[in-house]
Amino acid sequence: MMQDIQEFTPILLQGAWITIQITLAALLLSTFLGLGWALLRTSGVTVFMLSAKVFVNAIRGVPILVILFYVYFVLPDISIQLSAFQAGTIGLGIAYSAYMSEVFRAGIEAVDGGQVEAAQSLGMRKWLIMRRVILPQAFKVSLPPYGNNLIMLLKDSSQTSAITVAELAMQSKLIASSTFKNLSVYSMSAVGYLLLSIPLIILVGHLERKFGKLK
Amino acid sequence: MIKIHNIHKSFGENEVLKGISINIQPGEVVCIIGPSGSGKSTILRCINGLESYDKGNILVDGHKVDRNENDIHWIRTHVSMVFQRFNLFPHRTVLENVTEGPIYVKKEAHPTAVDHARQLLNQVGLAHKETSYPPQLSGGQQQRVAIARALAMKPRAILFDEPTSALDPELVGDVLTVMRQLADAGMTMVVVTHEMGFAKEVADRVVFMDKGVVVEDGPARQVIEAPQQERTKEFLKRVSSPL
Repeated sequence: MMQDIQEFTPILLQGAWITIQITLAALLLSTFLGLGWALLRTSGVTVFMLSAKVFVNAIRGVPILVILFYVYFVLPDISIQLSAFQAGTIGLGIAYSAYMSEVFRAGIEAVDGGQVEAAQSLGMRKWLIMRRVILPQAFKVSLPPYGNNLIMLLKDSSQTSAITVAELAMQSKLIASSTFKNLSVYSMSAVGYLLLSIPLIILVGHLERKFGKLK
Repeated sequence: MIKIHNIHKSFGENEVLKGISINIQPGEVVCIIGPSGSGKSTILRCINGLESYDKGNILVDGHKVDRNENDIHWIRTHVSMVFQRFNLFPHRTVLENVTEGPIYVKKEAHPTAVDHARQLLNQVGLAHKETSYPPQLSGGQQQRVAIARALAMKPRAILFDEPTSALDPELVGDVLTVMRQLADAGMTMVVVTHEMGFAKEVADRVVFMDKGVVVEDGPARQVIEAPQQERTKEFLKRVSSPL
């Protein structure tokens, strides 16, 4: 067992590093897109609200795996060539943008209507109100569920192994199938994911205590 | 400077304003009193476009309050509002609450806005609280910050929507004192209130509204002490001795 650990750790660490990279890249993309959907969804302009709603619900209704396959295998047919890592990032980013947008929307809607009226009465216009009054308060409310999404994103990044991204789960599977040391490899893999998510779990707990309620 | 002419408004089937007309002169302090549901807050909120209306028109210094963005913007930057529930920005300090409008709407230079804000906080007796956040203050202190925030826009008039209704009784006095100082300094004020004492002492005029119409409109002392209309008499009697 000790020998297995010594032997497999370097390879699994490489995988873990890819896991971290793809998680962060997808987090960035999903945050950006999710905020976009949430802003459209709360814009008050019917056509924007409706299209954001349709898009978000469509994405939520399709498995992440299928989205990943779609990005990796279908896009080349229309001459968009992506590396596995790029496809994984885009697929995960789009899938999670739907969840992120719901988190942001809930945050935006949690801001008291009196805040908007106060801002309007100062002569602030729509976008300024969003930027200076609503979003800063909405972010606080959104942080704990946002953190939870991040933890799920970290774990779901393992699904990119299906499109050959060499992340932690993929490396584990490769070692296991060539050495048959399933117990050692998958235990190490599980511990690896735990080690990555425990700091996030602690962080979310901290955020919940600090920002859980809008003060 | 504020001309309200024949305003009608309905929420669905329910007509809450049935032809309201009120004229407010520069420097005048007008209190609007009346039972709840009389439409007094609604008409106040129509003046700066927080509420729309169906018929009639409102002019503020010649600018018509309607759906035109630029006119609404002009009015909001020249007529401030103080809310029943204060509506301070909880994520900004007291000082930032007061400088928000001048810096981000009127594009004043930062140091100028801060100087003016400190002066105003001093005026409302809260200079020592400038780094506090609103949730750390009492209701009365929050409302005085809200008044400073309204004043920071250098408004031509201020609308007060039941500014003391959400306050503990012992904190009402501080807010009314600040409002009286403003009135004495010549600020044009429209105040929806239940404070009959304030209306009598400070207002130039009192407008009594009931069921969406102006029932009585006259000099403050006369309306409060010697009302002409039955409905006004009845309302004042119920307010002064609820039992």
